[in-house]
Amino acid sequence: MSTIVERVKTLFGPEMAGPGLAFLAVVLTFGIASPQFLSVATFGSVAFQLPELGLLTLAMLLPILTGGLNLAITFTANIAGLTLAWVLQANGGVDAGPGAFVLGSVLALLVGAASGVIMGLVIAFTRAHPILVSLSMMIFLRGLGEFLTRGGDVSGFPAFLGPLGHGSLLGVPIPLIVFIACVFAWNLLLSRSKLGFNTYMIGSNLDATRYSGINTRKVIVLVYARSGAMCAIAGIIMLARFNSVRIGHGESYLLITVLACFLGGVNPFGGFGRVIPVFVALVVLQLLSSGLNLVGANQHLATAVWGLLLAGVMVLRFVATKFKISFVRKET
Amino acid sequence: MRSFARTHATEVSLLAVIIAISAVLSVSTANFFSLGNAFDLLNISSVNIIFAVGLLVVLIAGGIDISFAVAASVVQYGTAIALGWIGGGGWISGLLIAGSIGILLGAINAFLIHRFKVISIVATISTFNIYFGLLMFFTKGVSIYDLPDWLTDRVILFEHEMPDGTWIEITLPVLVMVICVIATWVLITRTTTGRQLYAFGDNPEGARRFGINIGAMQFIAFGWLGLMAGIGGLIQAHYAQEVVPNALYGRELDVLAAVVLGGARLGGGRGSVLGCVLGVLLISITQNGLNLMGVSPFAFKMIIGAIILAAITLSNTNIERLLPFIAQKGAGR
Amino acid sequence: MFMHQLATAGGSEKPLLSLRDINMTFGGVRALKNVSFDVRPGEVHCLAGENGCGKSTLIKIITGVYRPADGASIEYDGETYSHMSPVTAQDRGIQVIWQDLALFPEMSVAENIAFQTVLGRWPKLVDYGRMRQIAKDALARLGVTLDVDLPLKEYAIAQRQIVAIARALVGEARLVFMDEPTASLTQSETDHLLDIVRGLSASGVAVVFVSHRLAEVLEISSRITVLRDGALVGVYPASGMTQSRITELMTGKTFDQRVRAKSRDDQPIVLEVKGLSRPGQFEDVSLTVRRGETLGITGLLGAGRTELALTLFGMLKPTSGTIALEGRQVRFSSNRDAIRAGVAYLSEDRLSLGLIQPQSIADNLVISSLDKILAGGLLSDERKGGLVGRWIADLGVKIGLQQDAISTLSGGNQQRVAIAKWLATDPKLLILDAPTVGVDVGARAGIFDIVARLAESGLAIILISDEVPEVYFNADRVLHMAQGRIVGSYDPRASSLAEIEGAVYA
Repeated sequence: MSTIVERVKTLFGPEMAGPGLAFLAVVLTFGIASPQFLSVATFGSVAFQLPELGLLTLAMLLPILTGGLNLAITFTANIAGLTLAWVLQANGGVDAGPGAFVLGSVLALLVGAASGVIMGLVIAFTRAHPILVSLSMMIFLRGLGEFLTRGGDVSGFPAFLGPLGHGSLLGVPIPLIVFIACVFAWNLLLSRSKLGFNTYMIGSNLDATRYSGINTRKVIVLVYARSGAMCAIAGIIMLARFNSVRIGHGESYLLITVLACFLGGVNPFGGFGRVIPVFVALVVLQLLSSGLNLVGANQHLATAVWGLLLAGVMVLRFVATKFKISFVRKET
Repeated sequence: MRSFARTHATEVSLLAVIIAISAVLSVSTANFFSLGNAFDLLNISSVNIIFAVGLLVVLIAGGIDISFAVAASVVQYGTAIALGWIGGGGWISGLLIAGSIGILLGAINAFLIHRFKVISIVATISTFNIYFGLLMFFTKGVSIYDLPDWLTDRVILFEHEMPDGTWIEITLPVLVMVICVIATWVLITRTTTGRQLYAFGDNPEGARRFGINIGAMQFIAFGWLGLMAGIGGLIQAHYAQEVVPNALYGRELDVLAAVVLGGARLGGGRGSVLGCVLGVLLISITQNGLNLMGVSPFAFKMIIGAIILAAITLSNTNIERLLPFIAQKGAGR
Repeated sequence: MFMHQLATAGGSEKPLLSLRDINMTFGGVRALKNVSFDVRPGEVHCLAGENGCGKSTLIKIITGVYRPADGASIEYDGETYSHMSPVTAQDRGIQVIWQDLALFPEMSVAENIAFQTVLGRWPKLVDYGRMRQIAKDALARLGVTLDVDLPLKEYAIAQRQIVAIARALVGEARLVFMDEPTASLTQSETDHLLDIVRGLSASGVAVVFVSHRLAEVLEISSRITVLRDGALVGVYPASGMTQSRITELMTGKTFDQRVRAKSRDDQPIVLEVKGLSRPGQFEDVSLTVRRGETLGITGLLGAGRTELALTLFGMLKPTSGTIALEGRQVRFSSNRDAIRAGVAYLSEDRLSLGLIQPQSIADNLVISSLDKILAGGLLSDERKGGLVGRWIADLGVKIGLQQDAISTLSGGNQQRVAIAKWLATDPKLLILDAPTVGVDVGARAGIFDIVARLAESGLAIILISDEVPEVYFNADRVLHMAQGRIVGSYDPRASSLAEIEGAVYA
């Protein structure tokens, strides 16, 4: 028994406690409150809503682990989506072929990564606070996007893109498959790659990491580049889902992604946090909004409950550490 | 004067940039360099400056607040409803109600931060969602247009026609803004409480060892921002002559950018009222100038974003070169 | 027994401060056990003990930051308290100069010195004129002039130390605590500080002095209170005390030191530096280190030792001169090049540059040799565990789990992990910059045993320390660095410790 506990601990880490308990609480509460909650329909709606917020949260996660933040994620996703939209339109709009889609997607990824690289360079070389750098990048990208689209929608895409937004493969929504693939990629990156290792180290102490012979500037630039590329994936999925691109799509997700990371046990100062607990936190958030939907509330109430949930988890964490200190601390 | 330039490098360089931009705009546009336009600018910027000086106090005390703009929206609704209950009210009762609700909302943040040791960005992101979600839920997103007349009528305290036919007007928002700015200045530079706030933001552990009441510091800082958010919210409703639940959504980040542009530091201990006001004005002037130059409104934000990015890059490069130990200190975060 | 010692060490004079039955518990751990402590008016009293012996906790209790367990009595100047509060302590003239100074770098010098004028529960208007006057007076008392309107961050550490002292003197201080006040001062700055302490003592202010530099302690204090593991060992008059006796009392162990130096002239040269310069930091430095040789470099703080080490490690670039490793000239563009070439550098600042304190023991150990634990391009937990386990065993580090945060280890064990981290990179040259800073006296010998063993196995080692005895006893040759230049070279077998100390502290 204790070995199982140990294994779960090493697999998920202490970060899992908050989101794990929240998951159980949400499933139990709504399972009792509403008979329809534990149904295929609920999980279907969660499965379709999860990917957009989830992909953006993955984009937010890496910078937070380095002790930073990327406030430009939503508009990076928009600009990347815009890039794909133009390539499609330049190649015949509704009649564009798969080749144009592939080209457009590659360009979108490059554009997303480029936005990250610029932020990464500024942060790494000037040591300006990431909140400020990404905030000004956000204002810039929003302006750029509005300037380019004149505040309107860009639409008219080939029909084969539909399934990427709405289709299912063997009953699993395709956006969800993309998202889960990205979760695995991020998990691998963070737990098994040198870049991931260095990301955590930089988050805890940049100078000590540099003294250990790590090229910290390169790591920061690569982290923000990957964050930007992940935004581009979110932007492509959003394009397929709405069948249009508009600057401001998904804007309200920005602070929710930060909320999801913190709920998933990520340390706000960087250095600690894992992908799987964040994934669970995302599922909890979506289950909450689906459950509230079932009992007749709307998304706005769900937003408020998300906020309460985060505050509640932080308060519980405080209470738990207080108790722990009096029991566990043996030496100082 | 030389020591002023040394200790207020940010303010001096902001002022220089504002003068440079104004000079270029005066030459390239006909209407920029007029008193009428200058007062317009003040009118437009009033609400943001009120928010900014409030946020400044929180930043000086080492915190950050994401929730104040949606809190201001909550205040607008709460005040409108409360005014309905008391049968109309007036400016005094309106400001009292708005200020009290604002302080209450700020105190909730301070309570989470102080009592449960939740980091300010986490606490205020959760209250941001709570305030905004509940506001949208209860109002169902519906705006209020039938506000009391005293609230929607323009109050012009001083007007004067210039020889060139333009009018200079000092309106109520400007007066309120000036009072808020002076009050904040007095608080943070002239009172012992204000100096304790600086000390707490600069070195919390040091402040604690001197017996400074940490809890009081949090409540004063977030309460002051709450007060400013409340007043700013009411003035914004007055200025817009309506209450729209998501009108201020997103304003928090714009104000944050302006305050930091004005020299306040995330992490505490640094920032001045002058720099903060200049930061907001720089952005307004740029926007106003671009407008007069006939630049597409869609391009404003892009240019402003680029300016802030450049300013932050340049100022940080300088600071690191001149004072390497600051960079070391910042690296821990 | 303790009371007996107190009685013999004490005199007839009535103490200014007298503590009895002080107990303090943190999360189940007793940090102080029935400690008694007294200070007489105008004396310089030293509080000695290893890291974690309870010195800082005791200071925090006297100044009201912590509240002792029930039953304590704090008698100060005729009044008895069960606990203090920071405000009462300051009102009654008890001041502290904390090790981290507890200053406010963004605020002006005047405000830092006259900080007590802004304290108080209710808001008052700030009187900047009075503040400036208080600051100027306090600085004048110390014989120092600073621009009191500039932010404190404009000043270097030595001046900040002065500001902290000036602050303590404002408002009729009668008892001043100084926690490691000389840790980051150069010798001349230290001398100035000790003069100030003597002046304070002569004017009737009692000073409680905490320092790990025992020479200073013996020079300045009249009585010494020794703590070990949170308990009182005893109170001793400083006259007739020796450094080694204090060390024995602090650690409860006896040490005998012998010169380890050997000749390595038959060994091939690993590092050869010729005419290396970085103007303003070091000039025209030439030296060689052979296989298996330990080269000691000593000198005062600010002599350019750390800058020289960072240059050899590729983190600073020399303006002129050459570095050759095993006969091949090298030019490093970053410390990554240096590590690849076989140079390792143990930082003097273990807390913020040497180790990543919040992260695990294992991660700290492997961070510089990640390529060794790759399997198929990915990090392998198995290989990591194996590598860490081997080094932990090899260097005798005492740990709980490999996943525990490194900050849970004692200073000595942390330093062993830091050494292991560099050994894992297979270096040819290991630069140890102040390897015993923050390591308990008792654990230092263990570190030097490791250094000796590494040298024996063929590693070239540069040992940097401002404690002359450390390099004297542990290095094969000692270079003396002053103002950026190598000004002396000694063979410990041919020179006496006093001779080198005389040259360094002259």
